[in-house]
Amino acid sequence: MMEVCNCIEPQWPADELLMKYQYISDFFIAVAYFSIPLELIYFVKKSAVFPYRWVLVQFGAFIVLCGATHLINLWTFTTNSRTVALVMTTAKVLTAVVSCATALMLVHIIPDLLSVKTRELFLKNKAAELDREMGLIRTQEETGRHVRMLTHEIRSTLDRHTILKTTLVELGRTLALEECALWMPTRTGLELQLSYTLRQQHPVEYTVPIQLPVINQVFGTSRAVKISPNSPVARLRPVSGKYLLGEVVAVRVPLLHLSNFQINDWPELSTKRYALMVLMLPSDSARQWHVHELELVEVVADQVAVALSHAAILEESMRARDLLMEQNVALDIARREAETAIRARNDFLAVMNHEMRTPMHAIIALSSLLQETELTPEQRLMVETVLKSSSLLATLMNDVLDLSRLEDGSLQLELGTFNLHTLFREVLNLIKPIAVVKKLPITLNLAPDLPEFVVGDEKRLMQIILNIVGNAVKFSKQGSISVTALVTKSDNRAPPDFFVVPTGSHFYLRVKVKDLGAGINPQDIPKLFTKFAQTQSLATRSSGGSGLGLAISKRFVNLMEGNIWIESEGVGKGCTAIFDVKLGISNESKQSGIPKVPANPQHVNFAGLKVLVMDENGVSRMVTKGLLVHLGCEVATVSSSEECLRVVSHEHRVVFMDVCTPGVENYQIALRIHEKFTKRHQRPLLVALTGNTDKSTKERCMSFGLDGVLLKPVSLDNMRNVLSDLLEHRVLYEAM
Amino acid sequence: GYFSETQVKPSPKETKRQLCLSLSLSISVSSLHSLSLYPMDAHVAQLQMQYRNYILSLYQQGFLDDQFTELKSLQDDGTPDFVAEVLSLFFDDCVKLVGNMARALDQTGTVDFSQVGANVHQLKGSSSSVGAKRVKGLCINFKELCEAKNYEGCVRCLQQVDIEYKTLKAKLQDMFNLEKQIVQAGGIVPQVDIN
Repeated sequence: MMEVCNCIEPQWPADELLMKYQYISDFFIAVAYFSIPLELIYFVKKSAVFPYRWVLVQFGAFIVLCGATHLINLWTFTTNSRTVALVMTTAKVLTAVVSCATALMLVHIIPDLLSVKTRELFLKNKAAELDREMGLIRTQEETGRHVRMLTHEIRSTLDRHTILKTTLVELGRTLALEECALWMPTRTGLELQLSYTLRQQHPVEYTVPIQLPVINQVFGTSRAVKISPNSPVARLRPVSGKYLLGEVVAVRVPLLHLSNFQINDWPELSTKRYALMVLMLPSDSARQWHVHELELVEVVADQVAVALSHAAILEESMRARDLLMEQNVALDIARREAETAIRARNDFLAVMNHEMRTPMHAIIALSSLLQETELTPEQRLMVETVLKSSSLLATLMNDVLDLSRLEDGSLQLELGTFNLHTLFREVLNLIKPIAVVKKLPITLNLAPDLPEFVVGDEKRLMQIILNIVGNAVKFSKQGSISVTALVTKSDNRAPPDFFVVPTGSHFYLRVKVKDLGAGINPQDIPKLFTKFAQTQSLATRSSGGSGLGLAISKRFVNLMEGNIWIESEGVGKGCTAIFDVKLGISNESKQSGIPKVPANPQHVNFAGLKVLVMDENGVSRMVTKGLLVHLGCEVATVSSSEECLRVVSHEHRVVFMDVCTPGVENYQIALRIHEKFTKRHQRPLLVALTGNTDKSTKERCMSFGLDGVLLKPVSLDNMRNVLSDLLEHRVLYEAM
Repeated sequence: GYFSETQVKPSPKETKRQLCLSLSLSISVSSLHSLSLYPMDAHVAQLQMQYRNYILSLYQQGFLDDQFTELKSLQDDGTPDFVAEVLSLFFDDCVKLVGNMARALDQTGTVDFSQVGANVHQLKGSSSSVGAKRVKGLCINFKELCEAKNYEGCVRCLQQVDIEYKTLKAKLQDMFNLEKQIVQAGGIVPQVDIN
């Protein structure tokens, strides 16, 4: 405010009072005018942010000058000197300048100042917004912390009850709940049972049916759902009327593991089972469920589901492990019992076998002896029957023992070289009598490429062939039987799980026995090879047999790395039994056996050949013995002719006698031996060992009934040749 | 293996003994083999050469003939001491027979040439069985002398026989020692082919 004080007036005689008041007011105005800028300066200095310093200076100057004019006015009242007038004028001019400048300046400044105010307002709003967001983030972070803590608590244990209890406790604490409850589905799945509560120590066994609409609503979504406090699942506490019930929220907890769930007459199987968690806010707090709290509840529910499934899996695996341990123990006991049983059976078999064999042998031996004596036809018939039955019984015992040994795996093949062709012929010779009686012609076809000398278990192979051919004869009433033996390569008639691979020194022998007899129902074929099973009708059963034959044959065939099977078109259409076995091919010719170390050639024919050596000279006796032992014979030695006559028996196949010593006595022995052994086939062959082999010696030997002459000292090859020839032809006159 | 070797043993006791002998021999041989080092191989070869030469010399000098080869061929893993046993029996026989003959020739009065002849016949048989060539040759001469009833000749021949069998005994002992040395050195006794 500015007023141009036009106080220069002629001096009138003024009113004293009015003068006084003007005087005072001017004074005060001046004071105010001087103090205002001081205050401004003071406060601006204090603020240090005010940008308009220059304006303030201007303003201050303006005010000061205005004050100055008013002050100068004080002097105008009394005197009006020229100096005062000058000063006054100067002051007024300055004041005018400054005030105009200030007015001009203010035009620019005032809008700025006003906008500052609006900016301040804007910033305040922004700050308030940020504050709000901060609050939100903080609550979220807190929620996350709570969830982590809850999860940690829940997951720190694998015990189902602890998990659930901890969940409720922590939730109750975090969210400051009044009540928190968990409803689990019952075994049948038709009801929800109140399993856990927070506040109540012993929850009542309280169930609600699962098909309530509120429950379906909660189960239908994975979110937490606000439900009415009056719904049956929320009515957990005795309701007192005066309280306003707090809001209730329910959420589903998926049970990720299907425990023992008996599906009796449940028409549809719900694939997922849920538990229900109900959370109740404090009754009279008027608190609302906030979004972040609901989110917390959902997250917790998920974690609980996972923790529960882990706990369930652990339970399951523990249960399975316990079961396995029990089963293990039971199996162990069973195994030990089985072993004991097997041992007992083996002991029993061994003992019984021995016990049974002894009387058996007695019976067979004595019956055979009895057969040799004079008997009437009826007696002979009886004895023959006794013999037949007892040999059958002996066979049965052998079969049983063999089978048990086969099953134990303790049976091993006894390999040796033998003549395959001869084997077949022998089998046929054995069977022929019975076949002739039954008028069944048997034919044998041996393939041209069938090796003659093979390596294998001769006895058992014969047993197999005998069994098969015997069966063919037994169960055929008419028709013919054909036995075919051939070398087989891979043949598509073999069962699919058996591939024949002929290797270098081995081959597979295939034997086919075809008969036109009773035949077998194709359905019965698998049963044939089982023990003790018989598929024949009663009529044919009378022909005997224990049913073990095929089982044993199959075991032997398997031991020989082969296969056996039977083909039949049906009952009454005959059947063909076929088996393959693996045999080794013998490289050597008939004379020598398996190739051996050169220093020890053996001849299979000499093995166990019992010979007697008679020589007075100890040294040559020993040498001859050594020679024969080397060839594999069983050698007995005597040093005198009397001893020779005493010792010689029909067991000795050859007797070597030294006839070097001059005299005819040695040749006498030959005669005496001839006398002793009347039957030609029982007499041992007699060979003379002599120092010279001129014609007279040979003639003399012949005359005394000697079968051969050998020149001393005898070489190994000589001896070998002589023995072979002797045994082959039963007579020899030795070449040097 | 697939092939099993069936050997016939004369008696269980014999079997056992032979088995033990062969087993011990094979174990000793194999263990010695495992101990052999390169310097030892040279030593073994040297011994084997020595042995071979010795045997050849025995044959060339007429101490042994083919029958001895036959005898050696009868010896195998089952009867490792066969030759040694036969030879010891032979030398015992020699001692006995020579003693008999000495006694028979020492008799005052008439000398029983037939008895001497019988002994000579025995010795001839024995020596021909083992392949002692020189001894056998001497025995043939001796026999003729006996038939001729040549007393001096017989006495002289007997002395020769005595010397001869003792020499042979010493020589064969050397041969056995050589064999033992070879085996101890870890080598195998070589089969010497005379022809």
